Amino acid sequence: MVARAHPAVAAAVLCAALAACAAASLLVGTRDLGAAAVLDVLRGASDDPEAVAVVAGQRLPRTVVGAVAGAALAVGGALAQAHTRNPLADPGLLGVTAGAALGVVGGATWLGLGTAGGAVWTAFAGAAAATTAVGVVAALASSRRDSGPAALVLAGAAVSALLSSVTGVLLLLDLSALDVYRFWTVGSLAGARGGEALAVVWPFVVAGLVLALAQGRALDVLALGDDTARSLGRSLTGTRVTGVVAVVLLVGAAVSCVGSLGFVGLVAPHLVRRASRGDHRSLLPLAALAGAVLVLAADVVGRLVVQPAELPVGVVLGVLGGPAFLVVVARSARRRQRRSRSARASARASARTAPAAR
Amino acid sequence: MSSPALRLGPLSVRVRPRHLLASSAVVVTAAAVAVVSLAVGEVPLAPARVLAALTGRGTAAEALVVLELRLPRVLLALAVGAVLGMSGATTQLTAGNALASPDLLGVTAGASAGAVTVIVAADRPGASAPLLALGVVGAAVLGGLVAAALVALLLWWVALDGLQPLLVGVGVSALFSGLVSGLLVSASIDDAARATVWLTGSLNARGAQELAVVAVALPLLVVLWAMSSRLSTFALGADVARALGTSTARTVTTALVISVVAVSLATAVAGPVAFVALVAPHLARTLTASPWPPLGASAAAGALLVTGADLVARTALAPVLLPVGAVTALVGAPFLVWLLVRRRNP
Repeated sequence: MVARAHPAVAAAVLCAALAACAAASLLVGTRDLGAAAVLDVLRGASDDPEAVAVVAGQRLPRTVVGAVAGAALAVGGALAQAHTRNPLADPGLLGVTAGAALGVVGGATWLGLGTAGGAVWTAFAGAAAATTAVGVVAALASSRRDSGPAALVLAGAAVSALLSSVTGVLLLLDLSALDVYRFWTVGSLAGARGGEALAVVWPFVVAGLVLALAQGRALDVLALGDDTARSLGRSLTGTRVTGVVAVVLLVGAAVSCVGSLGFVGLVAPHLVRRASRGDHRSLLPLAALAGAVLVLAADVVGRLVVQPAELPVGVVLGVLGGPAFLVVVARSARRRQRRSRSARASARASARTAPAAR
Repeated sequence: MSSPALRLGPLSVRVRPRHLLASSAVVVTAAAVAVVSLAVGEVPLAPARVLAALTGRGTAAEALVVLELRLPRVLLALAVGAVLGMSGATTQLTAGNALASPDLLGVTAGASAGAVTVIVAADRPGASAPLLALGVVGAAVLGGLVAAALVALLLWWVALDGLQPLLVGVGVSALFSGLVSGLLVSASIDDAARATVWLTGSLNARGAQELAVVAVALPLLVVLWAMSSRLSTFALGADVARALGTSTARTVTTALVISVVAVSLATAVAGPVAFVALVAPHLARTLTASPWPPLGASAAAGALLVTGADLVARTALAPVLLPVGAVTALVGAPFLVWLLVRRRNP
């Protein structure tokens, strides 16, 4: 099981799973092509224009988009959880998702951007503006009192709620914006918009990943508490600002490609937390792999269950991912329970023998 | 901070002046906002006339406007706010997490899935008759209770400390939100629009049926309130709570199950009113200068927030009635930001 394995073993397992999911994502679809035909297209040796259109035009882009977005959301989630020291934090916490949603809806209402694909820049700008607002409020709050990550969390919740309610009012007043928004918000890899968006935003993802991975050591220190981190010589402000910038780059880029898939960012770090053994330098890459696997697997399942149509990846992640996550939580809880029960039993046993020894 | 205590034989009650003062101020403000809300509308009345109508000394017309038309809505707002506020405080206390809210426990998503199913199925040819007979409120109650039962079952199965209950809720929540988004994407745009209004959380066009549903939740709040001294030990951490004699697992399970049932009822009548359960405990904690979210004051703060937001929603763009959920955050979020950035000792 990935849960308790050595980080290297976990990484190998997740890499294999990623390769399997990517292969399935290339092979599975409404049109039954066969492995040989798909391989031909990938080698550039295919002379079947239809196969080229399906594989190179649709399946390959959505596979890449799914893997990149899943990895970006998962790392964004892990960063948000580390910086707020709150395992319930998801990448939407810092206002990124709410800002991006307002960007999409505002773009549809005020600029007349009719498709979700046209909304890449408005989504990204909304995400960046919202997170800047969260950062300013949090900075003001923590300069007034020593509240640490709590300020960031509450500022994020307040700004997100404010933006969501503006989005909500716009949606109530404008039916066409609602039509754009409901397909954006569910999170989907279908169609060409993901590929087009990724072609624009990939530098942000790369920059975000570099910033995040460079932070691993700092996050380990931050986990010891603000005071300890400061006394160990860390600049808290510098670390926080870098972290927030990385979250905006990663999550902003991911949601402008695939819509909001908050669940991945919340769950992926939890799936690999035990394997990483509290070391963020292995947690971040493992979470990235787990996020990519989750999104690709959900996408493949979504293409299989209602052929010839398909379920959006966000729906599959919720309906199948939710219960799967429950199983993981329940199993680890029962294991811990058994262990503490046996520890109590042995404590009782030694307490009984202690008087005799005396 | 030391505070005086009242002692009478074996009983003693600690008197916390700031706490008492702030809590009563919130209750009085909520009552005042409720009276204003009864007075404002298409037929404006003086607050004195409202009080006269409430005590049965008003004219027949005043009685009709105040008691029949406006009172159910105001009572609904107060009750829904109180349920959300107190459940929010309970969740934050038991989880020891400032971000926890009953929305994370899956019941909100469950109630939404029930309501949206009926809204979307209403004009489909193949819709089953029992489903439609259930109505939106019935389906929302059913969906919320199914989610609550699921959470309760899982709580009993995994038994838990710290974050486990919330992670369980996150899983249940993801399941039902997935269903909701699936329904929204497959619905016609008109059904999607109606579902969105419900999903914003609204008190428009609610009546006696809804009031009866939420009335069931109020005794649950009394039970929670009776548990508040045990729950407040959780503010010191689960280990200390255990050392102080609180049976932590049983308390957590009982309190959370009561909360999810109450919230599922409140959500069924008003929709998922955003933000109240999260922010009301923070408002209450800051106003009473208490180290943990106090249950009673949180309920009062929630009631104040929803009643105030509903007043704004009803009057801001009159005669257009905004859904209350669109306004709670517009009112509550700036307030929370102000609480965050103001100086503690000016």
